Amino acid sequence: MSAPVLELDGLYAGYGETEILHDIHLRVDEGEIVVIVGPNGAGKSTAMKAVFGLLNITRGAVRLAGTEITGTPPEKVVGKGVAYVPQTANIFATLSVEENLEMGAYVSSENPAPRIEEIYQLFPPLREKRRQPAGSLSGGQRQMVAMGKALMLHPKILLLDEPTAGLSPKYRGEIFHIVRDINAAGSTILMVEQNAKQALGIAHRGYVLVDGQNRHEGTGQGLIADEEVARMFLGAGGHG
Amino acid sequence: MMEFLNFYLFPGILLGCIYALGAIGISLTFGILRFSNFAHGDTMVLGVYITLSFVWLTDLHPLVVMPLAMALTAFAMLGMDRAFFKPFRKSPPIMSVIASFGLMLMIRSAVQFFWGTQIQAMVKGIQPPLQWLQPLMLREKQLYILGGTVILMVAMHLLLTRTKIGKAMRAVSDNPDLAALTGINTERVVQATWILGASLAVAAGVFLALDTQVETNMGFKMLLPMFAAAILGGIGKPYGAVLGGMVIGIVEEVSAYPWIGTTPLLNPGYKAGVAFAIMVLMLIWRPQGLLRGRQF
Ligand SMILES: Nc1ncnc2c1ncn2[C@@H]1O[C@H](COP(=O)(O)OP(=O)(O)OP(=O)(O)O)[C@@H](O)[C@H]1O
Ligand SMILES: [Mg+2]
Repeated sequence: MSAPVLELDGLYAGYGETEILHDIHLRVDEGEIVVIVGPNGAGKSTAMKAVFGLLNITRGAVRLAGTEITGTPPEKVVGKGVAYVPQTANIFATLSVEENLEMGAYVSSENPAPRIEEIYQLFPPLREKRRQPAGSLSGGQRQMVAMGKALMLHPKILLLDEPTAGLSPKYRGEIFHIVRDINAAGSTILMVEQNAKQALGIAHRGYVLVDGQNRHEGTGQGLIADEEVARMFLGAGGHG
Repeated sequence: MMEFLNFYLFPGILLGCIYALGAIGISLTFGILRFSNFAHGDTMVLGVYITLSFVWLTDLHPLVVMPLAMALTAFAMLGMDRAFFKPFRKSPPIMSVIASFGLMLMIRSAVQFFWGTQIQAMVKGIQPPLQWLQPLMLREKQLYILGGTVILMVAMHLLLTRTKIGKAMRAVSDNPDLAALTGINTERVVQATWILGASLAVAAGVFLALDTQVETNMGFKMLLPMFAAAILGGIGKPYGAVLGGMVIGIVEEVSAYPWIGTTPLLNPGYKAGVAFAIMVLMLIWRPQGLLRGRQF
């Protein structure tokens, strides 16, 4: 079996002296959508930042297609085909929509125009707003800019941190739809989500993190069916 | 009316051009490196003296040799960045501010050591106002200053909006963490910032020297109005710095006009206080600046 696209292997990591992740194991195979769910403060975002060398990692390893990248600085990780849409502040608000997309292709020396055209086909509302400052767009459209920017270089794996947070149900459905399309087009996806039921619904596999530790893992459908997971996340229905 | 134009408004606009060019570097450094660079005025002085030396050597007009002086000063700035600022890149900003203070004193001392402290003229002789512009009183060199400023501003605008490195500079200024996550090479952006800021500072200094004279403390005198301009326009916003520079230059000169009665409204001796007053009022009334820059 080939090495997973991304693997966190027994990771202990945190901010400075504070350890947040205690022995995290996580694996994303080629072509999968993997979803991480868990309560607020569980360390879901922190696990993603660990991939980008933004944390103080004390033990364990991060591997990309079998190669260790633990602690590699972010600009190098981007060059290896990993794209990351952070939970907050994930666009350049004062740059135009098109400039945001161009920046998504910064590490490449090729002309970004053809790919930008493809991104506009994926997210039609962005085309007419291309010259506007990205910060002036609605929440859902800003999320499209952030995702479009991340997709510019055809990443091998895309990390999405709560892409539907704060969006209306209509936009939420649309984003999940697009995530599926992107995956079908060949990108592997690791996604953190609060809307656990919907997210697990489109996931191949999922992980439940609690207090910086693995609590459950399984197939998307398996986790939805799990009683404890249902009690923790699914009972309350959709979060805001 | 003519008197107002010739002796108050035009000098104000010229001074505004000079402040604007100088303030851009301060604003960019704050936006991208996130500290107040007190060495900016003396970087300017270094460029002015390099220009002066080329003028002595070649006998060419200062504006002809200025591009070379801009390039050399920018190159020197990259060296100084590596020696004095790069070690503090990940430290709290106050470290870089103090380093810039030290650098300011070092550059000035070096300039005084190599070129002496006496006042020099950039171009010899007195220029009369141009005949064909009468009754407007503008000298040829003043037209050069206006034209040069316009050209440099357009070039800066094109750099920031049309080139990859310029857009990356705006991206880093907007959101440095995301810029790193996007793969933007922050060190390259920092270098571009120094090159742009130092080049424009040299132009500002040479224009000032053309309009007045060359002295080793001209950078220090420019520091306050340049900071005031950057704050007025919105710190971190290059276009704001241009706006702020123009406003401060014009207000400084026009404040000496006898608006009421026959004596100057403000004694010209207090001109320097105008920039300070504007800066203080701005920090109280609208600390984000006219164009919504970063807040202190
Ligand atoms: N930059 C930081 N510095 C220090 N501690 C942080 C930082 N960011 C997050 N933390 C702490 O790390 C822990 C995990 O935070 P994290 O953001 O990973 O949680 P999360 O699972 O993503 O939560 P949420 O659902 O609210 O996004 C929290 O206790 C948080 O306070
Ligand atoms: Mg989070």
